[in-house]
Amino acid sequence: MADPPPSPSGLKLDHVEINLETRRLVTLDRRIAPGDVLTVMGDSGSGKSSLLDFIAGFLDPAFRATGQVWLDGTEITTLPPQERKVGLMFQAPLLFPHMSVGENLLFGLNKIKGRDNGQRRAIAEDALRDVGLAGFFDRDPATLSGGQQTRVALMRLLLAEPGALLLDEPFSSLDQTRRADLRNLVFSKAREQGLPVLLVTHDPDDAEAAGGDVVRL
Amino acid sequence: MARRPALLQRALPSVVILILIAGPVGLGLAATLLPAFGYLPALGGSAVSLDPFRAALSEPGIARSLALSLGTGLAATAVSLAIVALFTAAWFETRVFRAMTRFLSPLLSVPHAAAAIGLAFVIAPSGLIVRLLSPWATGLDRPPDLLIIHDPLGLTMTAGLIAKEVPFLFLMTLAALPQTEARRHMRIASNLGYGRIAGFFKVALPQIYPQIRLPILAVLAYGTSVVDVARILGPTIPAPLAPRIIDWMADADPALRLQASAGAVVQLLLSIGAILIWRFGEILFSRIARSGWSSGRRHLRDRLMRHSAAAFVGVLIAAMVAALATLVLWSLTAGWWFPQAFPSALTLRHWTGLYSSGSQLIADTLLIALPAALVAIALIVWQLELWSRTGPRRSRTAFRRLMFLPLLVPQISFLFGLQVLFLVAGWDGTLVAVALTHLVFVLPYVFLALSDPWDHLDPRLAKVAASLGASQNRILWSIRLPMLLRPLIVAAAIGFAVSIGQYLPTLMIGAGRIATITTESVVLASGGSRSVAAVYALLQLLLPLLGFLLASVVPAIAFRHRLGLRLQR
Repeated sequence: MADPPPSPSGLKLDHVEINLETRRLVTLDRRIAPGDVLTVMGDSGSGKSSLLDFIAGFLDPAFRATGQVWLDGTEITTLPPQERKVGLMFQAPLLFPHMSVGENLLFGLNKIKGRDNGQRRAIAEDALRDVGLAGFFDRDPATLSGGQQTRVALMRLLLAEPGALLLDEPFSSLDQTRRADLRNLVFSKAREQGLPVLLVTHDPDDAEAAGGDVVRL
Repeated sequence: MARRPALLQRALPSVVILILIAGPVGLGLAATLLPAFGYLPALGGSAVSLDPFRAALSEPGIARSLALSLGTGLAATAVSLAIVALFTAAWFETRVFRAMTRFLSPLLSVPHAAAAIGLAFVIAPSGLIVRLLSPWATGLDRPPDLLIIHDPLGLTMTAGLIAKEVPFLFLMTLAALPQTEARRHMRIASNLGYGRIAGFFKVALPQIYPQIRLPILAVLAYGTSVVDVARILGPTIPAPLAPRIIDWMADADPALRLQASAGAVVQLLLSIGAILIWRFGEILFSRIARSGWSSGRRHLRDRLMRHSAAAFVGVLIAAMVAALATLVLWSLTAGWWFPQAFPSALTLRHWTGLYSSGSQLIADTLLIALPAALVAIALIVWQLELWSRTGPRRSRTAFRRLMFLPLLVPQISFLFGLQVLFLVAGWDGTLVAVALTHLVFVLPYVFLALSDPWDHLDPRLAKVAASLGASQNRILWSIRLPMLLRPLIVAAAIGFAVSIGQYLPTLMIGAGRIATITTESVVLASGGSRSVAAVYALLQLLLPLLGFLLASVVPAIAFRHRLGLRLQR
């Protein structure tokens, strides 16, 4: 097979195929350009989560997967999860319950030489202000509403400066009005930072709001 | 995950843990077998023969000793299991059940010796019950001449074992329930019109039993070979087999040492025999039960049974609470003459006396228990973290089974040989040797205590952290360990309690040179001052209690502003 060289930028899924025993769950061959959203829809058990696990590097050894994942011209298929720079968001915000809101953000913020703790804190506080949560730095995550927690989770992710976003039905736990707000927030942030987004959902509204291509599994 | 650690790195913790457990048990058993056949060069025995067995089996009353060991062990196990099964069947998911659970869990950490001493102080002819009834009901002004403690049939000893094993089997059942579909299946049975008890026995027990079989067999092996409870509550002329072996061993005559190791082998066979008898009972019981599955009988009138189940557990809790209260009273007593129901004067001198007479004992107890608990925590965390990194592994089931090995082999049967080995190595009677031996028993309990909370941690938290770029070590130190702070301290406290409760390993490997509060309390219970015995029995509870207190206080302070962690548990 003579593959064309992978495009340099964005998230490329090169002939990805995931099998469980003899069942083929996923076949996908796509490139998501920076700022674009690819929506993957399918019923539960259709392998949506395995696809995200494969890209992020958590695929259970019980699955067999072939194909390659490229991010901005680098193949990341064999890298450990820590070095892939693909940010994950799950249904639940999953803030670390033993840390404050601010500590959660600082956990995500990369360590850079010459940046002292005061500057790090300022960056985290800016991030909170950015999503309408100014002054929440010292709060206990458990005291925040679901929508607020999701915003913190998003900012925690962005502070780690990922190269792509993988969204695993991140809005499904929110009520209708909040869902629309957060969807817009996430997609506009991704566009702003030029991040390719892979969105897994079973909500047609999500797919419509994302505006990009839709793939059914 | 993407990068698998190398094979050696993956297997290392399992290997270290299994060497620490299977090593002493296996080598100890081997070193027990040789002298049993007359081979013990250190004592001049080099001719291989069956004489030690002949000598052991021709001791007066030996048949009765064997029957006592077998009978008390089997009876205690069967009755304990029956109480636990009936109670769970009758009251699962009710308020009564939750209330009793709250009482039974802390009782698990009461060491056998302490519980037995407390019970003895309650039911003895001069104990609390007779005192409360005298003289107004019994007309007695001196203790009645009854053999309640040390009764020749071992009934009191059996009762003492039941009081300790019910909490253990109960907690093992509680842990097994969520791993099966029992909860939902019981609801279906109720919905189909089955009574609670019938529904449990027909639908839930067949799923739960395989999960709790190993703990049950551990109870059986322990009951048939127990020494401390037998010494405090059991028959004396003749005693069950295990305490008699200890007496032979303590004798100055070297021939008796060979006889003792033959006895330790007989003890092993006896416990294996008990397990075979139990297995036969399992087959019989499941045949009978099976025919009941399809009978369609709903057994709706189970009120009487349900209430008797609650009564059994209630009596058991009351007895243990009374035992602990009596220990407290005796430890504060300046004078308590029969038949007074309450001491005539109270004093703190038995406690303050610890400064002069007990500080060495307490120091040695801590010097053994603290390192044993901490080493066990470190090794088990190492193992669990590795499993978290490599994903689920099939070897895990085998690992869990092997953890039960030291609980399934009668202690005396391998400790005897282990003692000889430490003697040859020149390590006998050292703190390190005793702590290493305690570790054999501490590791399994720490593993049981920590593996469930570890597995229940949401795996997505680690994924989120990893996708934020956190290294495996950072995930361990800043996510898993802080979130598991409470179970970690609880597991350490349990390991600490298990070490403190060890009687036989301390006695045998300590070689008479190392004593802990537990060995001391057993000595004092048979013949010393009741008040001092009570102080040492209570110390066995108080030291672990400090650990459990830390387990609730430290996380509460460290996470005082973290609602999420409080709601979680």
